[in-house]
Amino acid sequence: MFNFETSLGQASFANPIFTASGCAGSGRELSQFFELTELGAVVTKSIMLKPRSGRATPRMAETPSGMLNSIGLQGPGIDIFLEKDIPWLRDQGANIVVSIAGESVEDYAVLARKLRSVSGISALEVNISCPNVENRGQVFACHPETARAAIEAVRRNIGGELPIIAKLTPDVTSIAMIAEEVVAAGADALALINTVLGMVIDTNTMRPKLAGKTGGLSGPAIRPVAVRAIYQVHEAMPQVKILGMGGVATGRDAFELILAGASAVSIGTATFGNPTAVMKIKEELKAGLIAHGFDSLKEAVGYAHRVEGNL
Amino acid sequence: MMGINKNAVQVMAEIVSNKKVGAYNHIVFSVGDIANHAKPGNFVAIAVGGANSAMVLRRAFAIYRTFDKGNSGGLLEIVVAPHGAGSTWLTNQAPGFKVDLIAPLGTAFGIPTQPVRALLVGGGYGSAPLFGLSEVLKNRGCRVDMVLGASTAMKIYAPLDGKRSVNSLTIVTEDGTTGLTGKVTDVLGDIIETNEIDIIYSCGPMGMLEAINQISSNFGVVHQCAIEESMACGIGVCMTCVLPIKGEDGVVRMLRSCIDGPVVDGDTVIWNSKRTIPDGTWGAH
Repeated sequence: MFNFETSLGQASFANPIFTASGCAGSGRELSQFFELTELGAVVTKSIMLKPRSGRATPRMAETPSGMLNSIGLQGPGIDIFLEKDIPWLRDQGANIVVSIAGESVEDYAVLARKLRSVSGISALEVNISCPNVENRGQVFACHPETARAAIEAVRRNIGGELPIIAKLTPDVTSIAMIAEEVVAAGADALALINTVLGMVIDTNTMRPKLAGKTGGLSGPAIRPVAVRAIYQVHEAMPQVKILGMGGVATGRDAFELILAGASAVSIGTATFGNPTAVMKIKEELKAGLIAHGFDSLKEAVGYAHRVEGNL
Repeated sequence: MMGINKNAVQVMAEIVSNKKVGAYNHIVFSVGDIANHAKPGNFVAIAVGGANSAMVLRRAFAIYRTFDKGNSGGLLEIVVAPHGAGSTWLTNQAPGFKVDLIAPLGTAFGIPTQPVRALLVGGGYGSAPLFGLSEVLKNRGCRVDMVLGASTAMKIYAPLDGKRSVNSLTIVTEDGTTGLTGKVTDVLGDIIETNEIDIIYSCGPMGMLEAINQISSNFGVVHQCAIEESMACGIGVCMTCVLPIKGEDGVVRMLRSCIDGPVVDGDTVIWNSKRTIPDGTWGAH
């Protein structure tokens, strides 16, 4: 009997295929296409303290094997989210990972306090790839000190046993160094990778295509970047669990991230192209792992790191 | 906030027919039960490029019309302008090929309960969903006038049976190659007054919809329009296709054109807001 179970920090999941934050809303729309209980977890769209309109349009540009987005964290704010989305997700029986984002260290602290006593949540994803208004709009995850401060704020305020998954950007010189900082600050696991900053210029209007000028690149185009980042971080800290993501569109792609060191895999852009991609990937991954002779998912995590000469 | 169209399902749909009509392709899909649930104004989202395609996002198309063929299954028709790589790929697929299709998606044109006098305005292939709407309105005893516009004759989509479904058809082209010379908005005022129009339905480029809304507002006529904005998923999860729309509570919110649209009341749209978030929008800062 193949064992598909996995864990991140103290949280356990029946299978390793999750949605990616910002790519599944709060699960309502996808629930029309499959049962959310089929997922390892629903990772909700990063929620902020207050309602947020997000950026102006155009917000999207398709690129070769990917897309650029500049949504600007549109959302209802934590209070409405806790009132409407969390009870609904609990009623579905879904395993829930809540993703939070802040504009200041204090935002992260307040968000953690608001989530501390909410029941039915398996883990907290802390999206620190956001502009820090207290530091000239510099992204938290781009600097060791600010990355550390945001995670420390969550750690101090979350209490209890809710695992913290720090979501990092690959747009840094050494992602392993940032990873070590956030783990030292109290992160139990890491989400790798967020989108890669990019730009498309419309050659008809001869201006940046997106209203926000730059956007986050996602999709299969960035998968090698994700594999590299996961591999490097797993190599530096093999004991820290990784939620891998970045351009996974097939079971084979998910397997690749697992071999690099991911214990679970989030599916993002593939869902935009196919709402049932997560179900297809889950089945393909399981079949692939069995075909390679693994008895459990856990045996395959980081398998690409085995020393030369070993089978 | 509205939810996803409750009837939306994902199917592998076989192309039954694919024919060039002027500058466009008229494509018919075998879609089974979807045909019974699609309403004028709804759209489909189709995966393009085949397996391993570098085009990772679906393409959205307004539904031209649907037919319930009983046991042999329902048919769904669209009109495609091959102007990008994805739409061009679709127009190159032969009958027998199966595409991954999700439908029906989005809101539909509101149908009045009383027989009213309706004016349908289409720009380019935006005329397609108006013919199905026209049939529904006629069955409700409405008078239906139609105005179609495009840059040139080749870009007017007006099939013969579609023409028969309306009481009057006015065609306007910018280059004068067919019908009157000018823009659809040049003729709307006269038709609204002469035929005592109660409601305008429109589908076409955003600039045209905005210009129509200016006219409908001046005349105090209700205007329902099918809006568009670059869309990644079509099912409400990506938040890219938003537009500032005023709710019944007077608050402007960035709403998804795939869920709260494509058909919206023209007076609720904050027009000409591309590249900006209007002041006072919920959550703006």
